[in-house]
Amino acid sequence: MLQSDRALRTLNVVTGLLLLAATGMVFLYAPLERTMGAVQRVFYFHVAAAWVGLAAFLVTFVVGLLYLRTGNPRWDRIGHASVEIGLVYTVMGAASGSIWARPAWNTWWTWDPRLITYTVMALIYVAYLMLRQGLEDPNRRARFAAIYGIVGFISVPITFFSIRIWRTIHPVVVGGSGDAAQGSFAMTSPMLQTMLFSVVTFTVVYICLLANRVRLEELSERVEHLKARLLSA
Amino acid sequence: MNSTPAPDLSSPPEAAHAPEQPALAAAGPLASYWRSVLAILWKDLAAEFRSKELISAMLVFSLLVVLIFNFALQLDRVARENVAAGVLWVTAVFSGTLGLNRSLALEKDRGSLDGLLLTPVDRSALYFGKMLGNWFFMLIVQAIILPVFAVLYNLPMLTPLLLVFVVLGTLGYAGVGTLLASMAVHSRSRDVMLPILLLPVALPVLVAAVQGSGGVLEKRAWDEISLWFNVLAVYDVIFIAVAYMAFDYVVEE
Repeated sequence: MLQSDRALRTLNVVTGLLLLAATGMVFLYAPLERTMGAVQRVFYFHVAAAWVGLAAFLVTFVVGLLYLRTGNPRWDRIGHASVEIGLVYTVMGAASGSIWARPAWNTWWTWDPRLITYTVMALIYVAYLMLRQGLEDPNRRARFAAIYGIVGFISVPITFFSIRIWRTIHPVVVGGSGDAAQGSFAMTSPMLQTMLFSVVTFTVVYICLLANRVRLEELSERVEHLKARLLSA
Repeated sequence: MNSTPAPDLSSPPEAAHAPEQPALAAAGPLASYWRSVLAILWKDLAAEFRSKELISAMLVFSLLVVLIFNFALQLDRVARENVAAGVLWVTAVFSGTLGLNRSLALEKDRGSLDGLLLTPVDRSALYFGKMLGNWFFMLIVQAIILPVFAVLYNLPMLTPLLLVFVVLGTLGYAGVGTLLASMAVHSRSRDVMLPILLLPVALPVLVAAVQGSGGVLEKRAWDEISLWFNVLAVYDVIFIAVAYMAFDYVVEE
C-alpha cells in the first residue's frame, strides 16, 4: 500500500510537470499559424483531449470484456473511472473545438456529421453512468455496465463510418482533409512535435486520474467493509 | 395473472408446425434449439393476440406521431415529401421502444422471466425468441402504418425496396433493443431508461434506414442506396451477434 502510494505521488508530480511543459510548448514553442493566428493554438489540446477521450472509452470496452471473462471487480472499477474521465475529456474536446470554431467557422456549433456523432458518443457514456446509478446490486451493475460499455463502443465506429460519405467541414489535419473542410492548415515540424507532446501529456494525465480514481474507489470500499465489520462486532 | 395459458404453450406450436416436425426432430440439437426459440416466440404471440394491448398501443401511438408531425413541422406538399422517411422512422423507433419496454417489463412483473430462466433451454434461445417477437410486433405495426402513411402523405410506400429497408431496420432495432431492454428492466427508472440506453446506440440503424428509405422514395439509383443497405446489413449482423453473446451475462443470477 505504502509503496503504491509513493508511486502514485510521483506520478502526480510528473503529470503536473508535463502539463506545465505542454502548456509552455503550445504558447512559446509552436509557431503562430499564418491565417488563423493565436486561436489555432487551441488545436493542440483539442486534438489531445478528443483522442485520449476516445482511448478512455476504448479502455472501458477492453476492461468490460475482461470483467465478463474473469468477474474481477477491479476491471469494473477501471471501466467506471475510465468513462468518467473520458466524458470530461470529451467535454473538453467539444468546448475547445467550439472556441476554435467561433472565429474559424463563424459559429459555435454547426450540424456537421462529425460533431453530431461525437456528441451522440458522449451521450452513450452519459447513459452508461445513468444505467450504473439505476442498478443497486453491485454484481449486476458491474455486468450490465460492462455489456453496455461493449455495445456502446461497437456502435461508435459504425456511426463514424456511416456518416463518412457525407461532406464534413471538420478538418482532418493528420492524414488530409476532404474538399469541404474549412480551417485546415499544413503543419510544420514544431507544430507536429507540440501536438504529439500534448497527446502524450494528456495520456499521462488520463493515467494519473485513472489511478487516483480507482484508488479512491478501493479505499471507499475498504471503509464500507470496515464499517460493516465494526457494526457486526 | 396470465399464468393460465401455460398448458397451451406447448400445444399450439406443434399444431402450427406439424408438417415440419419430423424433419426438425431428425436434425438433432440445432432443431431442438430452434423449437425452443419458436416456443418462446409462440408464447409471446399467443399472449399478444389474446390481449392485443401492445400492438394497439403501438399502433395508436404511431398514428398520433404521424399526425402530430404534420402540425409540428408545418408541412406543405414539398416538405412532406422531403421529411417522409424521417417521420416514418421516428414513428417506428418510438413505437418500437414502447413495445420493447412492455415485452420485458411484463415478463419481469409477472415473475415469468424467472420461470423462463428455469426452463432447460439455452439462454440465447430466450434472446432469439423475445427478439423475434419484438421484431414481429414492429413489423405488424409497420404493415398497418405504411399504407396509412402512403395515403396521408400521398407517397408510394409499398415498393419492395422500401420494404427491405423496413425489414432490416426493424430487425437491427429489435436486435439490440431486446438486449438493452432486458438490462433496463432491472434498473430503478426502467421506463425512461430504455430510450436513453437504446437511442444513441441504435443511431447507425436510424441513419442508414432514413437515408436508404429516403433514397427509395426519391427514386434514386441503386448505386446511391446500396451503401445504406450495406450499413444496415452490417449493423444487423454485428449487433445480433453481440447481443447473442452478451445475453447470457444479462440473465445470469
